[in-house]
Amino acid sequence: MSSPNLSPLPPEREQLAQQLAAGLNAEQATWLSGFFAGIGFAGGATGAAPIAAAPATATKQPLTVLYGSESGNSEQLAGEIQKRAEKEGFKAKIVNMGDAKAADLAKAENLLVVVSTWGEGDPPDAATGYYEEFMGKSMPQLANLKFSVCGLGDTSYEQFCKMGKDFDARLSELGAERIFDRADCDVDYQEPFEKWLDGAINAFPKQEDVASAIAATGAAPASVVYDKKNPYSAEILDKVVLNGTGSNKETLHIELSLEGSGLSYEPGDALGIYPENSTADVEAILAVTGLKANAKLGDKTLAEALKTDFDITSLSPAIALKYNGVVGDKKLEKLLAKDKKEELKEWVWGRQLIDLLEVFPNKNWSPETFTGILRKLNPRLYSIASSIKKHEDQVDLTIAAVRYNTHGRDRTGVCSCYVADDVSIGDTVRVFFHSNKNFRLPENNDTPIIMVGPGTGIAPFRAFVEERSAVGANGKNWLFFGDQQFSYDFLYQLEWLDYLDEGSLSDLTLAFSRDQKEKIYVQHRLLENGAEVWKWLEDGAHFYVCGDATKMAKDVHQALIDIAAEHGGKSPEDAKAYVDALRKEKRYQRDVY
Amino acid sequence: MAKSANEGIKDASNYLRGTILEGLANSATGSLSKDDQQLTKFHGIYQQDDRDIRKERRKKKLEPAYSFMIRVRVPGGVSTPAQWLDMDRIAQEHANNAIKLTTRQAFQFHGVIKSNLKKTIAEINEALFDTLAACGDVNRNVMCNPNPMQSKVHGDVLKLATEISDHLSPRTGAYHEIWLDDGTGEKVKVTYDPPKIDDIADPEEPIYGKHYLPRKFKTVIAVPPSNDVDIYAHDLGYIAILEGDDKIVGYNVTVGGGMGMTHGNEDTFPRLAEVLGFCTPEQAVAVGEAVVRVQRDNGNREVRANARLKYTIERMGLDAFREEVEKLLGYKLEKPREFKFDDNGDRYGWIEDHKGNFHFTLFVENGRVYDTDAYPLLTGLRKIAEIHKGDFRLTANQNLIIANISPKAKPAITKLLEEHKMIDAHERSALRLNSMACVSLPTCGLALAESQRYLPDLVSEIDEIMEEAGLRHDAITIRMTGCPNGCARPYIAEIGFVGRAPGKYNLYLGAGFAGDRLSKLYAPSIKGTDAPAILKPIIQDYAKNREDGERFGDFVVRAGYVKETEHGRDFHKDFVEPQLAV
Repeated sequence: MSSPNLSPLPPEREQLAQQLAAGLNAEQATWLSGFFAGIGFAGGATGAAPIAAAPATATKQPLTVLYGSESGNSEQLAGEIQKRAEKEGFKAKIVNMGDAKAADLAKAENLLVVVSTWGEGDPPDAATGYYEEFMGKSMPQLANLKFSVCGLGDTSYEQFCKMGKDFDARLSELGAERIFDRADCDVDYQEPFEKWLDGAINAFPKQEDVASAIAATGAAPASVVYDKKNPYSAEILDKVVLNGTGSNKETLHIELSLEGSGLSYEPGDALGIYPENSTADVEAILAVTGLKANAKLGDKTLAEALKTDFDITSLSPAIALKYNGVVGDKKLEKLLAKDKKEELKEWVWGRQLIDLLEVFPNKNWSPETFTGILRKLNPRLYSIASSIKKHEDQVDLTIAAVRYNTHGRDRTGVCSCYVADDVSIGDTVRVFFHSNKNFRLPENNDTPIIMVGPGTGIAPFRAFVEERSAVGANGKNWLFFGDQQFSYDFLYQLEWLDYLDEGSLSDLTLAFSRDQKEKIYVQHRLLENGAEVWKWLEDGAHFYVCGDATKMAKDVHQALIDIAAEHGGKSPEDAKAYVDALRKEKRYQRDVY
Repeated sequence: MAKSANEGIKDASNYLRGTILEGLANSATGSLSKDDQQLTKFHGIYQQDDRDIRKERRKKKLEPAYSFMIRVRVPGGVSTPAQWLDMDRIAQEHANNAIKLTTRQAFQFHGVIKSNLKKTIAEINEALFDTLAACGDVNRNVMCNPNPMQSKVHGDVLKLATEISDHLSPRTGAYHEIWLDDGTGEKVKVTYDPPKIDDIADPEEPIYGKHYLPRKFKTVIAVPPSNDVDIYAHDLGYIAILEGDDKIVGYNVTVGGGMGMTHGNEDTFPRLAEVLGFCTPEQAVAVGEAVVRVQRDNGNREVRANARLKYTIERMGLDAFREEVEKLLGYKLEKPREFKFDDNGDRYGWIEDHKGNFHFTLFVENGRVYDTDAYPLLTGLRKIAEIHKGDFRLTANQNLIIANISPKAKPAITKLLEEHKMIDAHERSALRLNSMACVSLPTCGLALAESQRYLPDLVSEIDEIMEEAGLRHDAITIRMTGCPNGCARPYIAEIGFVGRAPGKYNLYLGAGFAGDRLSKLYAPSIKGTDAPAILKPIIQDYAKNREDGERFGDFVVRAGYVKETEHGRDFHKDFVEPQLAV
């Protein structure tokens, strides 16, 4: 390149860039420019932030001493490591797997692990959650980490020191550098442990050796734009039914990877999912229409097209009308008569396309005529249940599997049961983001918020609380949650307990409808706490409602008016006006369905 | 050395109050705070969770399935039919449809959730039982021989058991404040008002003081020749000394027994109680208080694993300990009297006493009273309680005596026993009748391995070997615990299994049949499934080569399978690597 050298790069990097640029074709060059733009756009958040932040002065080197203990041996050894490390000039911090998150290892530079193996190759009980997270797909890369592992075990077991081995292998797999070989200690652990500690502690580079190194993590090219038209195929990282065994409910928690997509979202946004029809529904339609699964429709087989492209379950008067335009059934025609609107509506209720096909059959279909009466299979929107600030490159959803029986037939919700039954961890689903500007946290982080989210209505509030916790917001957060039973249906209970401890959640008020004789719902709890709710509102609190629109949201709305009347000393009209004003000021926002 | 963590909890608890009330009011969790969980033990309440589903629930982001075990204090193990019906109802309404009869003559309920806790405790008190001091670092339920044959003697020892229980009950108002306040300030009635003791030093807790005892404290009363209460396994014991058939002239007082130990810590060991001296019936309560006070002031409060009375006596020596007790009493104990124990088991089925009344001892496997389609035990006992005019007695072997049935009432009770298949519940092998297991998994937080869910199957397998060897009617005591703390007193069983890890047990052999000699480790960490094969050659050897009347525990010592354990402090010594059959 003969252009004037405006490069801010140091000479050796400049040279690297020159080498890279040589011989690129136009497409490659464009891609690369996007790649570098992506790095720049991310504000340097990728790359070497942790190391760059390490002060170059002679402050002590940090060392994380991670332990997982059942009987207390590992815990005691962790204490010994800390003492020794402090002597050697480290600033050592002890971390118990029982109360830490594995993802936090991303912040560590130097790590010594001492972990025991329990029973037949299991982690210590308290460390189980940590272990699962650590071995799981959502673990970040640990390229900046140096480590060594000491396992405790008992050779009389087949899976001797399995935990030590697993941690050792997985750390390496995540890109961390093993600076000293693992020790596998038997019941007599003290001597091999000390030998290991000697070796390991001296294997860490001394402070002066620590040179700043840049570890570039893979930032994505920002060139492809994913949206509703071009949905992103997101890998399912985790999928779990949140309800405990014994529940009447089936609420799924789904974690999807956004890695490499360049996608992001705000708390309050929704995620669209393109579902597929169940194979059973497709087969039922084919059977009743007499159409062949392998018949061609465009470049797909009919079965494929019915599975992915068309809505084959919904039934509305409009579809019935369209259907009879082709079929011309006399009886159906009577039902479709203009003066029979109510009867038609009633007949359609609880029925699906398959019922129409069975009751008013027609055997003279071609793939084209049949699909001609169908609507496109539309995506479904779900309120996002995570903050990207807590889960980098990840989006979580809370989805209730819809299953019911009407007119003697088991029915399933197309999208919820697609997620529940047809896709597994490791599969991808096609998704896009749907911004919801009408459901947003207050701009001011000091503003208190009240959140009312029973059932899956909890989803956006998990995102809200995560976000407020991540940014260290000072505003108070009060959550009203309800479901059927405390023991089984307390969605995300462990997380709420953590947030209560940590203070990110100031109040949690619960309504479990089936734990006592009388049904108790969130609106009852609101009214019980009316004086306090009123005080919060007067202090400027924002009030959010998410979940069922037909009943819950109306009852909560009325409760809010009643509170304004009773505790604000207002007439019914004034109370209503007060609530309307809250809405206009965007202090009362709803995401109901 | 710093005090152990539990000492700090007691210190800060304001006489066992802690923050239990606040914890009960917190609806976001089914658990109580860690410190309060230690304190509720003094109130007879253990927090537990279903460990079978812990992992699953964690994955579901749900806390463990917490519930509470409630232990009901039943001095001497005697309950009226009305009280039995109350326990039956509570088991069905608030617990998991089962009543557990414990190894220490108490009732236990499992699976009570936090929101039902207060109601349940109140109902137990309405039934004129309580749960105070059923667990914790205090004198717990006082046991005595249920002894239906000698009704006057039983009446006397039961009275003493009740007196000791009352006298050594904590005086703190915490129990009433927390559990028995119905919100209006009215107290639910309770069994008794503890007698007042005027002690200016600590008016709220005159005997114990605010730190209570360093560790749990267990008291029993035995009537020779039966050692069914396992007197050697307890901190404080009274051996009734009789003149003629029915006059108790006094008691040999025993001290320093205890089962619990810690795997891998040889400073901890099971230990048999020793006889301290003899006292008259009138002195018995005061002697008990003095023993408690000496332990209170001399027990180890730094290392909790060494806090029981047995270690205090090991450290002080029996003579020095006696001196301290006598100093508090202001008089000397007399020399111990002669006595002899034959066994520690129960006599099953019908017996008739000299007055012509009948008593039926029902075999209750592992003390679990619950219904199955095949064996509706809970229902059967409810039906009996509805018509029974005598009483129910819990034995130290987790069995139940339906006591004092008049000849007139016997046919109706017999009919119910037959209808509910209880009449022949004891027609089992002698091995099974002498088996005992603790609760363990899935609810006990200390459990390392299965126990009451597993021992019945293991006994079936060993029974086949016994049958083959012609020993079906030969009693051998066999006990299992899920951890080394020893709730089922495994170290004084002729065959003892102590859990180490899932599916793995230490096998101990060689204890005395009457619970009068400790066992010795025979094989460490064996698989439970290998146990029958390991025991088979030993059982066959016993069948072939035993001397006349020789007990299994004595035989394995004589034949050299294990060395004799002469004293608790030698429990871990002389282990010989065995030649196992597997």
